Amino acid sequence: MKTVLKCENLHVYYGSIHAIKGVSFEVGEGEIVTLIGANGAGKSTTLNTVGGLLKPREGSIEFEGKSILGVAPHKVVSEGMALCPEGRRVFAQLSVKENLEMGAYTRPASEIPETLEMVYEHFPRLKERQGQMAGTLSGGEQQMLAMGRALMSKPRLMMLDEPSMGLAPILVDQIFEIIEALNKAGTTILLVEQNAQMALSIADRAYVLETGRIVNSGTGKDLLNDDSVKKAYLGG
Amino acid sequence: MLVHLINGISLGSIYAIIALGYTMVYGIAKMLNFAHGDVIMIGGYVAFFAMSEGAGLPAPLALLLAIIVCTILGITIERLAYKPLRSATSLAVLITAIGMSYFLQNSALLLWGANPKAFPDMFKNAEAIEFFGAKISPVALVAIFANIVIMVILTLFTTRTKVGKAMRAVSEDKGAATLMGINVNFTISLTFAIGSGLAAVAGVLLCSAYPTLMPTTGSLPGIKAFTAAVFGGIGSIPGAMIGGILLGVIEILARAYISSELADAIVFGVLIVVLIFRPTGLLGKQIHEKV
Ligand SMILES: Nc1ncnc2c1ncn2[C@@H]1O[C@H](COP(=O)(O)OP(=O)(O)OP(=O)(O)O)[C@@H](O)[C@H]1O
Ligand SMILES: [Mg+2]
Repeated sequence: MKTVLKCENLHVYYGSIHAIKGVSFEVGEGEIVTLIGANGAGKSTTLNTVGGLLKPREGSIEFEGKSILGVAPHKVVSEGMALCPEGRRVFAQLSVKENLEMGAYTRPASEIPETLEMVYEHFPRLKERQGQMAGTLSGGEQQMLAMGRALMSKPRLMMLDEPSMGLAPILVDQIFEIIEALNKAGTTILLVEQNAQMALSIADRAYVLETGRIVNSGTGKDLLNDDSVKKAYLGG
Repeated sequence: MLVHLINGISLGSIYAIIALGYTMVYGIAKMLNFAHGDVIMIGGYVAFFAMSEGAGLPAPLALLLAIIVCTILGITIERLAYKPLRSATSLAVLITAIGMSYFLQNSALLLWGANPKAFPDMFKNAEAIEFFGAKISPVALVAIFANIVIMVILTLFTTRTKVGKAMRAVSEDKGAATLMGINVNFTISLTFAIGSGLAAVAGVLLCSAYPTLMPTTGSLPGIKAFTAAVFGGIGSIPGAMIGGILLGVIEILARAYISSELADAIVFGVLIVVLIFRPTGLLGKQIHEKV
């Protein structure tokens, strides 16, 4: 299996706060890999670093064999990866369609209608709401929009930061089904979740993050049955 | 009455063009660029010297030159003074902007002296126009017309073009905009460029309407335009237009019917009343983000 993303010995700081302390992990082509961990473990920091929003003080990040550390933050998406950030962060004052267009900002205009149709197929609700201001969508619709917007860049690697946050159980199921469908359609997935049960059950492999360090890793199935994981993240 | 109203709309149009610069920069960089009024003054001087005996450029070329100089000046100010403070506290940025304002005023003082210069009449060949018995000066009409054209172009730019939409995205969330592939630094530079280019237009119109040019020429109109931007709802482009025009009309009517000494106090009084009832201004953003 080809390695899509390879992070080695990452150290990330917020001023003097050492948030990520030597994290290494890999994501293979076609995999669903998940990072789980408690609040403040450093999951979002890790994804934001890979996505280019934060610069690591030490360590390396390779995407498809090429270092992306020297790539300007706004050019990371053109390399072929997209990050759907924590808290959705849709552009509230832009319409649904404009939000999706922003997702395709780096792509030629001629290819946008086709990708738009593809996104509307995954999220029919967005098509119904295309003219509506994103700020007036429900939480679940905003999550779909955030995912659709990330898809608009046609990423080979899609990173999702807590897509199930704050959603009703039925919507959580729906979001996870979509993630699996995207993966089947060929997109590699790096998923960060608080909902460890769900994440581990769809993941090929998983890493457990604790206060900035990876303390455990394995296949999704192994970790679901791991005693320490059960105790800490699966409610016994 | 009619003549006062039209003169008010005309003065208000100049305020609106200045207010656009405040509001767009505030929307993108979340900062009050207090040096904006002084860019107007620089624009006035550039046009003045371009049209003076020595250079003798025709008015349209002088305006173009003022726009070019101010655009470059605006981009340079942002690069040198504000960009290094991107992650600093807003107080530090505000103090820097005030410092930049004094820097520009004092540079003008040093270069061109304190004596007021008589700005040439750009419309000396045009005659005042009769409008239902009211005599309207050509510069008043040009100001109103320029304001309308600028509003239409800016509205089309921000709602129809890719770069304009990206500008709105950056004003909402720089991190998310970066993830989309939008170059945030470029967008901020572009905003300063547009705002400063508009300041040059406003400077030339202002000096044509009130032809005394000195290093402090931009200060009071700058503060009033800032008031207009807050009045209309800071960050809102149509708000800048409505705020500017209302401010101009209130000022001229107060000056004509109440007292010319009190006119400015009345203008700021109205602002305070509006802000008490609508803290975000007339067209300020009132959408609450859902969690
Ligand atoms: N902007 C910031 N400034 C300072 N410290 C920060 C900042 N963002 C995160 N941190 C700190 O870095 C650590 C890791 O935070 P991070 O957001 O990556 O955690 P997380 O695993 O995503 O948590 P959650 O599940 O709550 O989202 C925490 O201790 C947090 O307090
Ligand atoms: Mg997080």
